[in-house]
Amino acid sequence: MKKNLNYIDSVHRDGRIWNLSVAVLLLLFPIAVAFVFDATPDWHALLMGLIATAPMYWAVGFVETLTFVPMLGAGGSYLSFVTGNISNLKLPCALNALEQNDVSINSEEGEIISTIAIATSSIVTTLIILVGVILIVPLTPVLEAPVLEPAFAQMLPALFGGLGVVFVSKNWKISIAPIILMLALFIFVPALNAGTVGIMVPVGVVFTIAVSRILYKRGVL
Amino acid sequence: MEFHVNHPLLFVFAGILIAAVLGQSIYFLVKALRRSKAIGMDQKKIRKTIRTAAVFTVAPAVAIVISVIALSKSLGVPLPWLRLSVVGSLSYETIAAENAVSAMGLTLGKINVLTAQQFVNISLVMTLSILLGIWLVPLIGKRLLNGMHTLENRDAKWADVLNNAMFIGMISAFLGYVFCDISRLWIPSESYSPTSGLIPVCVMVCSAVVMALCGLALKKFNWKWMGDYALPISLVSGMAAAIPITAWLS
Repeated sequence: MKKNLNYIDSVHRDGRIWNLSVAVLLLLFPIAVAFVFDATPDWHALLMGLIATAPMYWAVGFVETLTFVPMLGAGGSYLSFVTGNISNLKLPCALNALEQNDVSINSEEGEIISTIAIATSSIVTTLIILVGVILIVPLTPVLEAPVLEPAFAQMLPALFGGLGVVFVSKNWKISIAPIILMLALFIFVPALNAGTVGIMVPVGVVFTIAVSRILYKRGVL
Repeated sequence: MEFHVNHPLLFVFAGILIAAVLGQSIYFLVKALRRSKAIGMDQKKIRKTIRTAAVFTVAPAVAIVISVIALSKSLGVPLPWLRLSVVGSLSYETIAAENAVSAMGLTLGKINVLTAQQFVNISLVMTLSILLGIWLVPLIGKRLLNGMHTLENRDAKWADVLNNAMFIGMISAFLGYVFCDISRLWIPSESYSPTSGLIPVCVMVCSAVVMALCGLALKKFNWKWMGDYALPISLVSGMAAAIPITAWLS
């Protein structure tokens, strides 16, 4: 079933209102702190700090928007870009839900399933962090116990091992070339590591689209 | 008013913001649920989607709590609580905070007591640097998705391939990342053991094997619940396997 434009339009309208309101609220936090505690920012240091941080994150944010929005759908995008942790939580969660329900993100059912999965994940995450903050004193020695440290340090390999089996086995023809490219890049380019994997996601996406287009045009897919 | 990083007012400010974002999630959940009923989607499947998403989220969310604890040592609890509940991630917030502090001639982690001015600078750098995604989606999200919709109408098969290609592109980047330290096998150093680069690879293989076994159990024994929880099962199994694997290879 194709998307009902009225529903999608209303998602975009509500999403715009919510996201722009949250953006304003987020900016109000440091402003409120400055006002209440009578602290003027160190403007020169602020400018220097922003020059060191913002350009890279704006570039990454721009490319992530172009890459992730078509995969998350409308409702999922508005929510994910506010709640964060997209590639390590929200997107895998949405992909898994779409796969289980056997629907495409381009259908109205897919749009709804993705939104429900991401909203649920966001609510559960917020509540778990809240419990963690309330119980931070008794939880700290447990969660920082040396025996558990490797488990959380290896969360991404554990996540993408399972996810990889599902998606690569179903799309093996378009998977071979990007996996070989990414293995070669990550093994032989020392600058590529946990900190730069986010930048490589759009590279992987664009390369896979190009390979898929060639295979599609040749009738392989 | 005297400032300190765990001042009760900071908890109130952060709490208000987090409540607003929680409100947005609830609003979109209710809106999608209503629409699912209106177009006659199977509500059993919807409930299953909610259950699976909730179970899957637990382990990554606990990892985020660990990040809050890590950052709270230098920034107090309210700011990391806010930043990791809304938009942020551990690596991003750490870099933003380090850049903000070093611009003031200081080093994060070596400051005994943050002043209000330093705190305001850190939170401004964090906020202004990350805001792009929040307002860019309202700006171009609709146009992007309409483009996908037009493509779907013009060539549905290619639109399907394109979707899968995007998923595979993302997954391939993370599969590559799993192998990023494997060069330790042939580049020796005193700071790590040569086999430590194999730890993420072995963890990934364990998780992949568990996922494949879940798929087999689903087919052979028709255990439908196994299909629903295969991803969280493989995730937690991989994380659990990381404990002995790390002890063995590091």
